[in-house]
This record gives sequence, structure tokens and C-alpha cells, in this order.
Amino acid sequence: MAGEKTVLTGVHFMSGDIACAEGAIAAGCRFFAGYPITPATEIAEHIAVRMPKVGGIYIQMEDEIASIAAVIGASYAGLKAMTATSGPGFSLMQENIGLAAMTEAPCVIVDVMRGGPSTGQPTLPGQQDVMQAKWGSHGDYEIIALAPSSVQEMFDLTINAFNLAEAYRVPTLVMADEVVAHMWERVTIPSAEEIKIVNRKKPSTPSDKYMPFMPDDLVPPMACFGEGFRFHATGLTHDEYGYPRTQSSETQMKLVQRLCDKIRKNADKIIRVEEQMLDDAEIVVFAYGIVARAALSSVRKARQQGIKAGLLRPITLWPFPEKHVAKAAEKAKAIIVPEMNCGQMVREVERAAKGTPVFHMPKLGEEPHTPMEILEFIRRYGR
Amino acid sequence: MTETVEQHPLSKYLRAAMMPHIWCAGCGNGIILNAFVHALDELQINLDKLVVVSGIGCIGRAAGYINVDSFHTTHGRPIAFATGVKLANSELEVVVISGDGDLFAIGGNHFIHAARRNIGIKVICANNFNYGMTGGQVGPTTPLDAFTTTTPYGNIEHPFNLVHLAAAAGATYVARWTTLHVRMLTMSIKKLLQRKGFSFIEVISPCPEIYGRHNKMRTGLEMMEWFKKASVISNFSDPAKAEITPERIVIGEFVDIQKPTYEELLHNKMAQIMKGEGE
Amino acid sequence: MRVEIRFAGFGGQGIIKSGIMVAAAACIYGGKHAVQTQSYGPESRGGACRSEVVIADDEIDFPKVTEPDILVVMSQHAYNEYAETVKKEGTIILDPDMIPNEKEIEGVKVFRVPATKMAEELGRRIVANVVMLGAFTAITGIVDKEALKKSIKANVPKGTEELNLKAFEIGYEFGRKVVEG
Repeated sequence: MAGEKTVLTGVHFMSGDIACAEGAIAAGCRFFAGYPITPATEIAEHIAVRMPKVGGIYIQMEDEIASIAAVIGASYAGLKAMTATSGPGFSLMQENIGLAAMTEAPCVIVDVMRGGPSTGQPTLPGQQDVMQAKWGSHGDYEIIALAPSSVQEMFDLTINAFNLAEAYRVPTLVMADEVVAHMWERVTIPSAEEIKIVNRKKPSTPSDKYMPFMPDDLVPPMACFGEGFRFHATGLTHDEYGYPRTQSSETQMKLVQRLCDKIRKNADKIIRVEEQMLDDAEIVVFAYGIVARAALSSVRKARQQGIKAGLLRPITLWPFPEKHVAKAAEKAKAIIVPEMNCGQMVREVERAAKGTPVFHMPKLGEEPHTPMEILEFIRRYGR
Repeated sequence: MTETVEQHPLSKYLRAAMMPHIWCAGCGNGIILNAFVHALDELQINLDKLVVVSGIGCIGRAAGYINVDSFHTTHGRPIAFATGVKLANSELEVVVISGDGDLFAIGGNHFIHAARRNIGIKVICANNFNYGMTGGQVGPTTPLDAFTTTTPYGNIEHPFNLVHLAAAAGATYVARWTTLHVRMLTMSIKKLLQRKGFSFIEVISPCPEIYGRHNKMRTGLEMMEWFKKASVISNFSDPAKAEITPERIVIGEFVDIQKPTYEELLHNKMAQIMKGEGE
Repeated sequence: MRVEIRFAGFGGQGIIKSGIMVAAAACIYGGKHAVQTQSYGPESRGGACRSEVVIADDEIDFPKVTEPDILVVMSQHAYNEYAETVKKEGTIILDPDMIPNEKEIEGVKVFRVPATKMAEELGRRIVANVVMLGAFTAITGIVDKEALKKSIKANVPKGTEELNLKAFEIGYEFGRKVVEG
């Protein structure tokens, strides 16, 4: 490989999109299929430059539906695979995200959120796809979604997303936003040895005994095409052999419940949050992505003014960190939820806060909430 | 002298646990599966390195019936899925077996782009002129004036000529047969499996229970009689003129050319880049 | 210390790149914290465009600019839009040939740097943004001169380093003289 590095160890100044692409390569991603879309295009462009140098595949498909389908195919053929898009493309991908969930194909989907609905505001930020991340495909399934707040996290959480996708055989989403994706910041890339990499569990049974959907601790070990296991997978409801069981209520219950349980029962292991000054917080600001940066600034300003404010930032959006919200809500007089949408995660917060008043701060358009805007809210409820 | 065998000699190619199959009496899908399995056997294809992908529709179940690595995708997406498989591991032989609606209506875009790129996947299309699984609606290959449940007064849409479409989009091997032409179909599938580039076979397949009954061909036999009466073999004739009408079904091989596959170009380019050239 | 800088002009002037080079200089070569954000329209060339940099001693929470300490502006349209957003006691560095109509703004220091003309004299109008960066460095002193030169070298297309560094030096000299009066 002419000495081309897969992990660019060192300190860099880079954009969120580039950091995401480098995170993917560092995580072992060797297949990317995508379709150009603002504001995620730079991920594909950077991957197109870097991937062939590290022996990986980049292909620009004819649309986002094809992109995610190719990603699932590559995953089943044994590569760590990713695609990146924004709202309109994310909508087109939803059916096959369901296929990935149903066939338990490890893969990573990056959605750099812009203003929607429809074509909306392509160059401006949004957080309008966070519920779609959870509920976008039809049917019951669980998914993992992460929300980076910095360029460093675009790198770190992309690696994290691959590890979770591989560990739980689940499509994992990186729900970024336009600001984080286009922002340039310092990124520290550790050495390859310092980066934790998780790979999918491989079957230990001989090929004639292999049952591709027989769970081992809720997650089935995964053979790949060409390894001699000669297995079948389908988007239809299937038994442990992968054979369709379209008329069996029992199989449907067992399979779909397990697809949900493998995430729900591991939620405590999966969920990560950042907590700032929460111990005695009377006013809790719940914010994620770029908005959490303004929220942290506003919480610091509030503390300077003697208001006991704190920040709860979900790094994992899904599964939702309801225990963390419940705990913060116990002591809080109010929870403030600034979001770049008309009210999405706030509903989950309300559900988990169990009676503590929750106030939503919607914001749409060019700029995320400013620290002063959030501070004004904190002061209103902190008196 | 009579020899008794325990198993059908081709049974190793099928998943017994998946049987019985879901196909109607008189359906052509079994003939296509039979021809495919014979081709595998005659070529002694390494079954550990073969992946069969299908979409949604009656023929879509074929992937599950063949005892190799197989994947049954969402409607319309087997070619896009197969593209990912083939690029991730180019040593695999990747075959898509699906229907006319799956490949040319909902999945039409993937077909033309895979052909254009010359990805080395092989596509076998069972063309039964309608959406059989959902009860017989009009599709992209339904002949003009034909009756379906959604063209109760006769079809006013012009159908695709699939071999013309495939040739124009860049496929390197293009053929059309009917399920009556089993030996030629098997021979053609063998060729398809031996070609490197994007290859395509359209198989005109009877659907008496669903399509036939709306169009005065209520049994498989009646449909086969149409194929017999109308089929004209015209190898390497202009695919644009390869019509399918009540009177005339033009079949044969239409394209058999060579050009670099996407994988070849990709791997050459990657080798150059890794050597530090091509910047 | 938290300094907010806004670069503004039209697409194709290298505005976004200017912000990146200043932020990289401060954070990679200057030992400070820095972040660059941007705003751009659907046009690749000619549309309104701005690039914003926050430089601080401590970790930066909110990365966006709300009230710039410094505005570096290279088009009349951008000037009209942003001149009055500058903080009191703040600084505007502008290209007078690109901005024929100035307003009276109280409490703001204005420095006029004919960067486009100077770049044309160098034979390459495209380096006007780098001339501006030279003047910006001399006038504000926020970023170390050597750090910025390293950042320019690392961020301009290969083969144009010399031209860009020359443009930087010319701008720097001009800025130094302007400050010294």
C-alpha cells in the first residue's frame, strides 16, 4: 500500500465531514456507496480520495436507495460498510434501513441533517430527522443513533458507530448536523493501537450445523458470503435458519421481539451521555449536536449569575437515555430542550421526566440557538 | 437393469427444507430454476463461491430454494445489493434472479446503471408479463391491449423491450428465451455464468393462473402453445426489432461482446493508486 | 480571551479558505483553541459568502460568531450586511476598491487595504484574500505571523506557496504601515 496510513495519527485541523470519513477508515470501513447531497457530499469526496489508497471500495451509486442496498450487500460479503447522506436521501434509504435491521446487517449510515421537510434548506442546519432515525422504516425494530457535537466527535463517534453496528448487528446512525459537518476544528487522532475496534462475532459451528439467525446472547454470529456456510437471508419474517415463515405468529413474535430486545436489554451498555454541572442543577438543559455547544455556554453563563443550571447531552439519541433524564428531573425545577426542529426529542424528555415541567425551544433556519437565547430561558425558569 | 438412487442427482443444489415451493401449477419459474441448476451442474460451479440474489415477486423465492449463499432483498433492489456484494468480494459469482416488475419497474434504474458500469453480475429475468404475486396487475412488460386486473379495458401502455433496453444500457451478453426452449436456455445460462461482464437473460415465462386467465390462456399448456407457435430464433439480430406480439416472439442471443468490467477497471486503478501513480 | 472574527465577501474570493487558514494557524501552529464555521448559498461562485473564526485560550463551547470583534470584508454586499454587526470598539478591515460606499459607524476602527489591486499588481487577483490575511495579521496581532505563514503553506495548492507567501508579506507590510500611521 505504498505506506499509506489507514489511521492518520496526529493533531489535525479538519472539517466534520472529513473527520467522519477518517473515522470510518480508522474503524476499518472498506466499502462506501453514496450519492452526492449537501451537506454530506464532502464525506463521499474525501472517502473517494482515501479509500483506494487503503484498499477499500468507493462507488457512487445511482441514488440513495441503491447506496444503502449496496452497503448491505457489501456488509454481507464481509466488509465494514457505510453510506452518508442528508434528509432527502435519508428518507429514500428508510425501507432498506428496515431490511438491514431485519437481516441484522452491520452498517453505518451518516445523516448530516439540513433544514427540511422536503428539499428544505440544503445548506442550513437542522435537527429535524431525529425521530425519523428511530421510526423511519415501517415495522418494529430498534436502532442505534449517535449525535456528534464537535469535529472530534465526528471522528470518534463514527468509529463508535461501526463498533456498535458490528457488536449488535444493527444499522447504526450518525445523526450529524450541517454546522458540525462543515465546521473546522482540531482533531486528535490516536494511534491505531489505541483505537478500540469491535468486529462481528463469527460462527464457531461447522457450516452444516450453522443457523444464521440463531442468537448467541441475543445477537447471532455472522457468516459472510463465500465462506462456505451457504446460508439464506431474507427481509421476510424468518426462523433461525433464515427460512421464510410468513404465516407463523410465533416466529414473528420471537424474531421481532429479539430485534428489539438486543438493543433494549443492552441499552445501559450502549447509552452514553455528557453531564455538566448536573449534580445540583435546578434547571437542566437537554441538548444534543451543535445546539449542545450553545447550551453548555449558556449553562456556564447562568452559573456565573448564581443560577444552578446544568447540561444533559445525549451522545446516544437512540436508545434514548431515559434513566439519565429521570435522574436529572428528580432535582430539577424545569428542563429546557432547545432543538433545531419544532419539537421532537422533547417528547421523549417529557415522557422520561415524569412530571417535571419541560419547555421546548424550537429554532429553524440558518443559526442554531445562541447561548444568550438559551440563557434567557434559563433565567426565566431559574428564578 | 434398473438402478435405484436415494436422491435426485441434482438435489444437492436445492434446499429441501424450503419445499414445497410456492409456485402455481403451470408456472414457468420451476423450469427456469431447473435450467439454472443444470447449468451449475454442467459447469461444476463452486457452490461455496456462488451468491444468488433475488427481489420480490414469485420468482424472488428462487434465491431461497437454491442451496448456496442467498439473499432475498427488498422489492426492486437485488441488483443494487448484488453490486455491493460483487465489489466487496470480486471472487464471488453473483447472480440475480428476479422478475420483470422487480427488475424493470421499481428496480429499473439499478438495472440500467449496473449495465452501464458493466458490473460483473449476471441477471436472469423471469418475464411473465404481469405482477403475479399480487394477483395480476399491469407491469412494464405487459403487452399492449392485454388484460390485467388493473387494465380491465386493455393495456394502453407500451411495454419495454427488455433485450433492447439491456443492449442499449451496455450489457455485454444479452439473450431471450422462453421456458419452452429449455436446452437453449440452459446453454445460454452456462454462457452467462462464463462471461465476465454484466450479462442478461430474459426468460418468457407462463403465468396461466394469473396472467393467462385474463388473456384466454388458462393453462400452462395454452401459454406454451403460444410460445411454440410464435417463437422465432433470430440470433444476433437487432434487439430493437426483437418483438413480442401474439403472433411473433423473437428469441435468441442478441449481444455477446467483451469490454472491461467495473471490477477490473477498479482494481487496476486501485493498484496504480496504491503504487503511488495516477495522482 | 475569546475573539470572534468574520470574513465576508462573495464566493470565489477565497473567503472560506481565509477563515480556515487563520483558525488552523491559531490552533495547530499557535497553541490556542480555534474553530471555523461558514455560511454559503447554493452558488459556487459569486454568491454571498462568509467564514467565521473563534479563537480562544480555553476550549470553545459555542463555535458560532454572534458579535464579531473583527470584520474582514471584501464586497459591498457583504459590507452592507455585516458592517453594523461589529462589536463596539471592534475593527473593520475592508478593501476600498470593492466597497466604494462606506457608512458612518461609531466606535469602530476602520482599516482600508486595497488587497484586490495589490494582488492584481502581483499578477494574480486570486491571492487578494491572502494579501488581506497579511494585513489582518499585522493590524490585529491576534495570530502569530509565522504560524499563519505555516498555515498558508499547508493550505494552498501545491506549487502556489511562493506566490501566496509573497502576497501575505505584501499585505503584512501594508498593514504594519497602516497601524504605525
